Amino acid sequence: MPQIAQLAETYASQIFWLLVIFGFVYFVVGRGMVPRVMDTVGLRDKQIADDLAAAQGARDAADEAEEAWRQRENANREAAQALVSEAKTKAQASTERKLAEVQERIDAELAEAEARIEASRAQAAAEIETVAAEAAQEIAARIANVSVSQTAARSAVQKVMANG
Amino acid sequence: MAPETAKVDPMYQFTIQPLLGENMDVAGFNIAFTNSALWMLITAVVLWLFMLGGMKRELVPGRWQMAVETFTGFIDDMLEANVGKTGRKYVPYIFSLFMFILFANLLGLLPLGLIGIHPFTFTSHFTVTGVLAIISFSIVLIVGFWKHGFHFFSLFVPHGTPLPMIPVIFPIELISFLVRPFSLGLRLFVAMMAGHVLLEVLSSFVIDGWNAGAGFGVLVGIPSFLLMIGICALEILVAAIQAYVFALLSSLYINDAENLH
Repeated sequence: MPQIAQLAETYASQIFWLLVIFGFVYFVVGRGMVPRVMDTVGLRDKQIADDLAAAQGARDAADEAEEAWRQRENANREAAQALVSEAKTKAQASTERKLAEVQERIDAELAEAEARIEASRAQAAAEIETVAAEAAQEIAARIANVSVSQTAARSAVQKVMANG
Repeated sequence: MAPETAKVDPMYQFTIQPLLGENMDVAGFNIAFTNSALWMLITAVVLWLFMLGGMKRELVPGRWQMAVETFTGFIDDMLEANVGKTGRKYVPYIFSLFMFILFANLLGLLPLGLIGIHPFTFTSHFTVTGVLAIISFSIVLIVGFWKHGFHFFSLFVPHGTPLPMIPVIFPIELISFLVRPFSLGLRLFVAMMAGHVLLEVLSSFVIDGWNAGAGFGVLVGIPSFLLMIGICALEILVAAIQAYVFALLSSLYINDAENLH
């Protein structure tokens, strides 16, 4: 076993060179290079974290803007609806008013017409009376040779017509 | 076993050979540049090159940078999970430890013998793993006494220990604490050595089997070869697991020093 057989002659060399070379590894690699590599990793992690934070901020801002837009949109929609319903009520009111006017006019015309009809009927009835009285006078003169006065004939006719 | 039949010596791979400055002595200690030191240097250079690929510092990492960041993140997470927020300052040490052991283990497994270069797994020497374990243990002691002073000894008295039990519990806890550097160093050394010896022994079965004839070759050589393939995969796993275990236990011990119980 050379590890033991050569111990006496080699231990000093082994320890010396190990200390020299491991010392080099520790100071150059361990102290010189490792912290810089870890710094790089740390910087990268920090940058990633910052980027993520920035992205989160942008997303929050976008959410906020969307919320504000939504509120504005809702307000606009409400205003539009209010406008529409107001216009609708106005239109309905004006329609009703116009209808009422037209109805009034129609009623007035109707009443006038009825009055005219009534007048015509009364006139017609009077004419019929006159004609009937004259006819009755004539008939009485022709058939019975009785001269009936106009007034009597009229009252007779009126009596008959009232009964008839 | 006669020496002429033993074509494969499973322990030979652990032999340390001086390459440069065989007689270089400092204060009476020989510090020759050996094959072990060479592979430590190769490990350090490969690790440095690997890390260099992670230094591009791009916002969107490429594959290489991603790999380096995965490793640093892995160690960072491990320390954060085991030690907490204060564990961050140990990332350079635990990362160096983990990557150095991991690269050493993996480089030692490379089949470079095919082109005549013989990889040397220096983590299969307890002189090396022992020094690494002692470094970890020293950090635990220094941090523990620095932060908590003599209060650090309360580590050896778990919460809720009845007063009469303290004289018994205290030595047990103390011994288990003092054994830590040995178990830490030996675990890695044994795991790496055992794997390499096993591969070498199996390869000697393949060679000796075929040398003994076609019948032995088919009966012993081929199954051994198939087993070697499987064990190679297992060794890659062990290389990573042992590096992880070393780093994990170091961070757990540091947690004891940082936070007591």
